[in-house]
Formats: sequence, structure tokens, C-alpha cells
Amino acid sequence: MAEIQIKGVAKSFGAFTALHSVDMTISDREFMVLLGASGCGKTTLLRIIAGLETPTKGEVWIGGRRVDHLPPKERGIAMVFQNYAVFPHLTVFENIAFGLRMQKMPQAEVQRRVHRCAELMHIEQLLKRYSGQLSGGQRQRVAVARALAMEPEVILMDEPLSNLDALLRLEMRSELKGVLAESKTTAIYVTHDQVEAMSLADRISVMNGGHIVQSADPVEVYRNPAARFVAGFIGNPPMNFLPAEKVGSGRYRVAGTDVAGPDTDTRIDYAIRPEDLTLAEPGQGLAATIRVVEPLGAHTLVTCDVDGASFRAVIDSDSRVNPGDRLSLAPMADRVRWFDKETGLSVQ
Amino acid sequence: MPRYLPYLLLLPATVFLIIFFLYPFTQVAIESVTSNGEWSLANFQKATSHWKFGEAFKNTMLLAALVVPIQLVMSLTMATVVQKLQKGRSAILYIFAIPLGISDLAAGLIWLSIFEQSGFLNSMLVGLGLIEQPILYLSYQSPWIILFAIVLAEVWRATAIMMVIIVAGLGLIPREYGEAAEVFGATRWQRFYKVTLPMLRPSLQTALILRVILAFEVFAVVIALGGTQMPVLMSETFNWQFNLQDRGVAAAYAMVILAVSVLFTLIILRALHVPKEART
Repeated sequence: MAEIQIKGVAKSFGAFTALHSVDMTISDREFMVLLGASGCGKTTLLRIIAGLETPTKGEVWIGGRRVDHLPPKERGIAMVFQNYAVFPHLTVFENIAFGLRMQKMPQAEVQRRVHRCAELMHIEQLLKRYSGQLSGGQRQRVAVARALAMEPEVILMDEPLSNLDALLRLEMRSELKGVLAESKTTAIYVTHDQVEAMSLADRISVMNGGHIVQSADPVEVYRNPAARFVAGFIGNPPMNFLPAEKVGSGRYRVAGTDVAGPDTDTRIDYAIRPEDLTLAEPGQGLAATIRVVEPLGAHTLVTCDVDGASFRAVIDSDSRVNPGDRLSLAPMADRVRWFDKETGLSVQ
Repeated sequence: MPRYLPYLLLLPATVFLIIFFLYPFTQVAIESVTSNGEWSLANFQKATSHWKFGEAFKNTMLLAALVVPIQLVMSLTMATVVQKLQKGRSAILYIFAIPLGISDLAAGLIWLSIFEQSGFLNSMLVGLGLIEQPILYLSYQSPWIILFAIVLAEVWRATAIMMVIIVAGLGLIPREYGEAAEVFGATRWQRFYKVTLPMLRPSLQTALILRVILAFEVFAVVIALGGTQMPVLMSETFNWQFNLQDRGVAAAYAMVILAVSVLFTLIILRALHVPKEART
């Protein structure tokens, strides 16, 4: 059992605050993805959990044990690094065996574990090679096998796929998900790639400026972003925002149309995802003038002007549209979201 | 760019080296194996049969065997400490490197001024009341003290060159390797021994070869502190050339130093060889 609890963890580097009091619980066997742009504090948080960084404040608990004062090796963790960190002077076998050798594990058990993990990652034929003779993807497999061989309670991954080319990344992604689900370890995975986060995570924690903005399952994060930042960060293309003017109790005027919204006195913005719009009869929905048309095969992405603001819609690729055309875009009513203009938080 | 341009640009340096290095070197080499205009090994026989040859050879090897390991350990320690510094790193590096700017003779004289009978060490000890009379340290009756003083001066003078090379080498090792080793349970010592040292082999090679060759050429420090008490290969070369006026034997000595240097270079290259596939 390895539940991870982060209690009020903060980290400053001199005058710069990388993490502001983060609280988070990761359940046993959960696959948690820390998602955010570079500099948001996600890697710092991971390194604090690993023990490579000391928190300025707060506590880290793994499996009911407080670990923030312990060195990495006493935390029951293993880690996969962004640049693999596969030792160039050791063979693949010795790389995978590295952690086991440090524990002075009997040779027979080392053999058994290395072969099992190599098999799992499909690198049995590479065991005698050095990392200089491996491709990036193969090195990544070695790095994952080395972590799995430890049979850790928690496996930490710092952007493990970011140095691979697109096709390989896709392949490794699904493979990683399968292997980790089977190994039954708790996993924390840091990435800036929202697609990777969505596809791997049981739960995504979106981070921004040293805070966790939202922690929820991928579909929830996508459908009900807790803040404007999340709405703009997740989804490709991201959510559209339009200013809303209150015209009555729970009634708003958005781009010249009347819309029902939350009954609140704070100033709010209207938001809708590009794929939650349908083409409607003129006069029904938002009046848009097309500026750019990008056919993507399954869909066509159109960038329009709506009420002077840039606005994107994903429409059927059979609908023949051209720049300059005027469209009526009807939002699906239950997919409309509202965000506080000041705080950026979701308003319901 | 014309294809011959690089060669043209290299020409002056090449000509310079041929005239001022290759030519005299060949001359010395030939001189060492000729005597009275005929090919012969007489010079080597004369050199090695002299009683001072064995002494000089032994002293040179002994000095290298004492100095280089001490310097290796010290430079590794110093480099590791410097590497860890957050602030003032370059200031410390410069301070450590000061002895590098001093010629070997000057370095020998500095240590002579400490150890000689009226030197700093004696004045200090007398001043502190620890001894009554100044002691004669560097005398023929105490060759071990002379040896100790030379080792001390050499360590002081030339450790920094190894340290500078090793600091550069350490900087080339990505931090992730050390962190990976730490996460996977290596202690501080194991991280150094199992990860840093093997990855440092190319720099260690350079530092050791440079240092070992210089150790075989030790001269001015020995002369300054030991005078004629401690013959080494280089001082004997000098002696045969200028005092005994026998260029052939001096050339033979030079060849012996060269042979020893080449041999040890090969040994170091071999011992610290990194196979191509195990390079980063």
C-alpha cells in the first residue's frame, strides 16, 4: 500500500517561490499526472517527492510514513528521468541491475528480476549492449525497466517521453500505461503534454505558478475546468472565451445574443469548446466571420471573428466553407461554461 | 573556400615544429646512438654503468610514485569540493591555481626559503620556543627530509593543473546520472566510485598523462631543494651535458626519459580506456 500525501509543501529558491503550499493525496495504485507549462513547479514537486529536493515547508508521506527527511533510497521509490540517465559505462543488464546491486541482492534474484523487466519492456536482446549503442526509444525502455526492477511502491516519471519522436512517443505511451497498470505501483508522471496527460492519467493535477489549479479525472478536467487557466491550457484548440454583459437576473448578452447564465453579481466571461459548436441557421447562435480555414481530415478547424474577438470552431469537414464566409455557430447549451473575470475561477 | 586553404593555414605551425622540434629531436636521437661517428650503444652503456644512473632512475620513479597518487587524490577531492560550491567557485579556482603561474625553479626556491637553516620554518620554531637552535633539514644526512620537501613542493606546485582538468571533466557529467544513482540507492561514496569516476576516465587520462610526464621531467625543484644530494634523470642529463661535456650520454639520458614517458602514457591510456560503445 503506498498512498502519497503531500501536506502544505512549499519550495523557494532564494526570492523565487516555485511551490506555494501544495496539498495533495494520491491513492494507492493511482496514476497521477502533474500537468503544466514549464516553470509551473511540477518537476520541483516531483523532485521533492523523490527526495532530490528538500521542501522549504511541509510534509511528504508515502505509505503512511513521513519521508521528507529521508534520503531517496529509503522512500520506496524509483524514478525515470527525462534524459533517461542510463549509465553509459554500464551494460543494459548492469543498468537495470543497478538499484538491486546497491541493495546487495543475491545474484540469482538480480538475474530473475532483470530478465523479467527486460522482457516486459522488450529489450531482452539488448542486455549486453551499452547505452551508446541504443536508440532514444531503447534507452527509455532501459530507464523504465531499471525503475520496475526495484519493484517500488511508487514510480516517479519526469517527462519520460518528451525526448522521443512523435510516433515512438505514441507507442511508448500506451505501452507504459499497460506495464504500469500491471505492476500495481502508484505512479506520478510529470508532463507538459496535455494529450499525454489525458491518455495516461487516472487523475490529472493541473499546475500553474506553483499552485495546483485543479485535480480531477481527465474528462472532468476537460469538461469542467475549475479555472480559466485550465480551460485555456487543456484542449487543442483551447476553449473560446467571450465577454458577457449582464442584462437581467441570470440573463446575459454575449456577442449580440441573449444567453441564460448563472445568477451572480460578479463579472463573468462566457466560454465554449470549439467542438461544442454546430452550424445553425442564420440568426440563431453566434454570428461569425471566417478568417482562416484549416482542414484536418476528420474535422475542419475554422478561426473566426465573433464580436471582434478571435473564436475557433471545429466543424464537419464536409461543410465547405471559405475565408470571408459568415456563419452562425450554435453552442450546445449544456457545454457552456462561465468564468469569473477577476479570479478566473469557474462560476456555476 | 579552396580545398588547400586549411593546409596552407597549418603550414607555418608545421614548419615551425619541424625546424624547432622534430629536427633537434631527431638529432638528439641520432646522437644518443652514435659514438665517434659510428652507430653504437656506447652512450647508453656509459650512462647506465655510471653509479649515479641507478640512483637517478630510482629517485625519479620514487618521486613520481609518491607525488602523482597524492596529487590524484587531492585534485579529485579539491575538484569535487569546487564543483559543489554555489558561490565563489571561480574565486576558489583561481586561488587554487596560483602555484601554476609560478615557475618550477621559483617554486623550489620558495620551499627552500621555508626549509633552509635560516628559513621560515626554523625562525618560526625558534620564535615559538619549540627549538633552541635552527635545525639543518636539507642535509646529506637526512635524505628523507629532502625527499619529503621535494614531494611537498611538487604537490603544492602542480596539483592545480590536474584539478583544473578534473573540474572541467566533472562539469561535463550531466547531473541526472548522480541523481539517478542516488534514487537507486547509491551512497555518496558509491555514487563517486561507481558513477563519477568511471565517467571521468577521459579527463583522468589527460590529467594523469600530463602529470606523470611532468613528474619524470622533474628538475628545478629537485635542484633547488636537494642540490646534488638527490640525482634525478633530468639533473643527470643536465650534468652530462654541461658539467661532464658529454652530449652523447646526455642524449642517451633524454632517450631514457622519453622511453619511460611513452611507456607510462601507454599504460595509462590502456588502463583508463573507455570502449567506443561505452562513451556518452
